[in-house]
Amino acid sequence: MIDREQVLHVARLARLELTEDEVERMAGELSSILGHIETITSLPLDDVPPTTHVVEVESSLRADEPRPSLPRDVALACAPDVADDGFRVPSPQA
Amino acid sequence: MSELIALSARAAAAAVAAGGLDPTELFEAYRARAAADTLNAFTWVAEQAPAPDGAARAPLGGVPLGVKDLFATKGVPSQAGSKILAGYRPPYTATVVERLATAGAPLLAKTNQDEFAMGSSNENSAFGAVLNPWDRARVPGGSSGGSAAAVAAGLAPWALGTDTGGSIRQPAALCGIVGLKPTYGAVSRYGMIAFASSLDQAGPLTRDVADCALLFAHMTGRDPCDATSLQHPEAIAVPTAERLDGKVIGVPEELTGEGVEPGVMAAFEAALARARELGARIERVALPHADHGLSAYYVLAPAEASSNLARFDGVRYGYRAEADDLLAMYTRTRHDGFGPEVKRRILIGTYALSSGYYDAYYGRAQRVRTTIARDFAAAFEAVDLIATPTSPGVAFRLGAKTGDPLAMYLNDYFTVPMSLAGIPAISIPCGLAEGLPVGLQLAGPAFSENAILDAAHALEGALAFDGSAVRS
Repeated sequence: MIDREQVLHVARLARLELTEDEVERMAGELSSILGHIETITSLPLDDVPPTTHVVEVESSLRADEPRPSLPRDVALACAPDVADDGFRVPSPQA
Repeated sequence: MSELIALSARAAAAAVAAGGLDPTELFEAYRARAAADTLNAFTWVAEQAPAPDGAARAPLGGVPLGVKDLFATKGVPSQAGSKILAGYRPPYTATVVERLATAGAPLLAKTNQDEFAMGSSNENSAFGAVLNPWDRARVPGGSSGGSAAAVAAGLAPWALGTDTGGSIRQPAALCGIVGLKPTYGAVSRYGMIAFASSLDQAGPLTRDVADCALLFAHMTGRDPCDATSLQHPEAIAVPTAERLDGKVIGVPEELTGEGVEPGVMAAFEAALARARELGARIERVALPHADHGLSAYYVLAPAEASSNLARFDGVRYGYRAEADDLLAMYTRTRHDGFGPEVKRRILIGTYALSSGYYDAYYGRAQRVRTTIARDFAAAFEAVDLIATPTSPGVAFRLGAKTGDPLAMYLNDYFTVPMSLAGIPAISIPCGLAEGLPVGLQLAGPAFSENAILDAAHALEGALAFDGSAVRS
């Protein structure tokens, strides 16, 4: 049901590199999982509303009061590569 | 086993409050056991006991807490069982961990788990599998497997886990302890590294029902940092009920039949017989859409996960793979950093949300979710609680299901419907099959935790399950 082209397409969308072996394996495994999931596509659900949240929550906004944010050095402390007070990444066009 | 370890968490807390127990001595006793753990239950253990200031006056008495790795703990490794968060020490602490520390349950250790809480066996951890203290050749369940194994083996007096589709209840069942998945929204998710945001919920894993209630009582409450958190309408009480007179317990045909191991079914039936002796009436109920729960869950949870896990890109924290350009850095970091199950779910979720498939998968799964919630609401018109086995089988052998993702997912068959409906459910040990623990699941309407805990307490007394052998 899911072929290797589809696996590669979805992996591209998910920004996920896969090895050749992984592409093959995922094609088989995803087909079997989606085969199970397919059962819901035949249920009569047109009149049923979707549920996004099971317990009704009223949206409540807090007061818009200024307060200190995470200090820059703390935010950068866990980064793999830091330069000039920012996150350094490789060039998009290299 | 020392006398200290034999104490229940609430007995230890009471002893500290009465001045008969030094909280530092208690912490050290558990710290030493956790540090010498051979089950691989922990990813980090505290190096020393915290200052005992105020422990005697705090309601939880300084009784130390095991915390699942995915809770952010300031300055303490928090990797959610994943290589992609290698070395991450968060700059803040999760609300629920903070609340429990303030109430007198300091951090003892971080517990091992399936990577990003995706798994039912704890075999999907970058830190390796956790062993079941009842039989070291078997899994402890997952994803909160480290928390469950640690509490069962007496390496932690109690622990925090998270449950998205069964990740507290199933490992509690497989390890012979108590685990509660609260009503969605009852506990703040702030600082929980997210898997599926509309389902994730933190809860306690404990030796018995009263310890569960005591810990849970200090976890609930609205948190301005989590817009989905709610004020629980009831104060949580430590249960004392010994009878079930007048209670009606529903047994759904859809969640008690096919695929249940005979030993599990026998223990379940015996537990129902005990419930009758305690005065409960047992009735059949119908949950006609429950059979579709697993399918809906394995659309919704991966879809939400694929979105939540987009943040792991090698830029701000954790692991980064070297590459010459930005896109290759992202894709390689995610290839190297995520394990196979996480990749599988990211791909399923991305597929289900991709253009042309959204309505067929995600949209329909949300509608199935409505039908399941309606089934439960209709059932609770006629019964107070619903009982099922927690898991279709006892703890399975390490490696037995790793080659077949679908077989692994079927472990969640009885726990997923409650997650989709957002309702609370507890698992308590109800007997042994082949020498391994069997869990009984009790579910109730939203915010019925007190009623669930009461019934679980009464049944626990009648069942007289003894897990002390694996705490030696």
